[in-house]
Amino acid sequence: MSLLNEYPSIHALGTALREKKFSARELAQDALNNVTAHAHLNAFIDINAELTLQQADAADALLANQQGGPLTGIPIAHKDVLVTKGWRSTAGSKMLENYRSPFDATVVERLNAAGTVSLGKLNCDEFAMGSDNQSSFFGAVHNPWNTQYSPGGSSGGSAAAVAANLVLCATGTDTGGSIRQPAALCGVSGIKPTYGTVSRFGMIAYGSSLDQAGPIARNAKDLLEVLSVMSGFDPHDPTSLEHCLNTKNTGDRIRNDFNSWETRFTENTNQPLASLRIGIPKEYFENELDSTLANQIESAIAHFEKLGATRVDVSLPLTREAVSAYYVITPAEASSNLSRFDGVRFGHRAANYSNLEEMISRSRAEGFGDEVIRRILVGTYVLSEGYYDAYYLQAQRVRRMIVNDFQQAFAACDFIMGPVTPSLALPLGERSSDPTTDWLSDIYTLGVSLAGLPAMSVPCGFTHDAQPLPIGLQLIGNYFSEGQLLALADRYQQDTDWHQRKPEAK
Amino acid sequence: MSISQQDVARIAQLAHIELSPEQTAQAEHDFARIINLIEALQSVDTSGVEPMTHPLSAIQEIALRLRADEPAPTATEAQRAELMANAPAQDEGLFLVPTVIE
Repeated sequence: MSLLNEYPSIHALGTALREKKFSARELAQDALNNVTAHAHLNAFIDINAELTLQQADAADALLANQQGGPLTGIPIAHKDVLVTKGWRSTAGSKMLENYRSPFDATVVERLNAAGTVSLGKLNCDEFAMGSDNQSSFFGAVHNPWNTQYSPGGSSGGSAAAVAANLVLCATGTDTGGSIRQPAALCGVSGIKPTYGTVSRFGMIAYGSSLDQAGPIARNAKDLLEVLSVMSGFDPHDPTSLEHCLNTKNTGDRIRNDFNSWETRFTENTNQPLASLRIGIPKEYFENELDSTLANQIESAIAHFEKLGATRVDVSLPLTREAVSAYYVITPAEASSNLSRFDGVRFGHRAANYSNLEEMISRSRAEGFGDEVIRRILVGTYVLSEGYYDAYYLQAQRVRRMIVNDFQQAFAACDFIMGPVTPSLALPLGERSSDPTTDWLSDIYTLGVSLAGLPAMSVPCGFTHDAQPLPIGLQLIGNYFSEGQLLALADRYQQDTDWHQRKPEAK
Repeated sequence: MSISQQDVARIAQLAHIELSPEQTAQAEHDFARIINLIEALQSVDTSGVEPMTHPLSAIQEIALRLRADEPAPTATEAQRAELMANAPAQDEGLFLVPTVIE
């Protein structure tokens, strides 16, 4: 039994640390033991007890002088696409199997400075390309709710680690749904913030115009604690925003928004969400949506209506075309980003070759897995002469239309709700012979990513099986509405206990 | 629109990835399905729509901050050693590759 199982939130655990019920070192040792006891989940790629305990000792020194903040001594773990000094940084790839980063990603540096204690690096799809964690060179992560099932991806290790209570919070990254989808399939909460609000410096790049890091945790309040540390302007990232409209891009922006929405919700206890309009996109409830999921999503929406919100129908007519646009734009960006892996300066180098060209192309063939190669080839094709205009520029035009559609929807509603995924978690080992079948399973998350909007996943039910599988509700807000989304999710979690349920310990 | 094995070989060459004959055949098979998926874009009427590179440009002015591309010396020998530690082959601070010109 781990200490983490006794504390349902970061706040409760932090209070216990500040009251000296146990030291950060004792907590970290206990959490590391628990990680070892759950090695069968394959959630971690690298663990280094010495580094973890060093961070815990530093946290204890602060706590001894009453200098600790809300995250001081709190165990965390990082998705392995965020580079870390000390721990390996592999991106789930053979290409970077032994890579040691000389620096910490900005997100990691900020969380270190806030006093978190890292338990290590979390497994993920190779270079974050995948939705089931089966493309990781280090093997798939197992879903803690049923270890025969996938945890989703690409942040599968992050979601599984939180679901199994190995940590209360973890970092993830989302390019087309990689925070929301595994959070939904593992029954935990996750938020992808507005593009540009969290630094991408030190995040191994996949689709640079969509990639955005965010936290996965047990509940909305814990997400707020972690996201407000992760967010903020970073001069090292050329797409990092200095301002969010008229407000400076800092973590306080999100916290202040959350607080003002929370105050508003407590002023009217019977109808806390009165005057808020929920947009329901009809395209998110069509044929492919599994009926068990549809029923649970409907119940969740009905609960928001009971709290005073009004339901309005909206339309996102390019929902299906968003999948096509995504699979042009992100492979194009990936083929460019991954051209740096040439076996010259770092990463895998083939053992046998007769010249420079062969060394590079063989190192890349050996170092990259099937899905990564597939996307690099697609990206190279759509950027090649004669196809650039027809595919790449056309996809970017469709991207603008998708952005406009969302803005039109937000003229009629305050936030959008729907499913995260069309189906439940899938058994491990099941992969279609048609790669686009797996890609289509991201239909409800890709449009949001192309538009750069903030969105989250909140647990809203389970299947009725003997071994139940979790279901997630997606909340999508307009740009910079992270504080509002988290306050809405928190209000929902005050009335429901889906987020408190835990898989049976095995 | 279809892609032949020769097309796949050409794309793989551009991408600097050595494909086995089996991988080339698999890629041809995959491309048929992928092109079917992305062809759907052609049916969207985008006349008069500008391509979008940064999603936030829809709501606010976006200035890309590019730093000056200037070489800077490594601060210390220790830092140089740390940076070079990931190199597959190196000698005295230089990255080693196969001979390019005899």
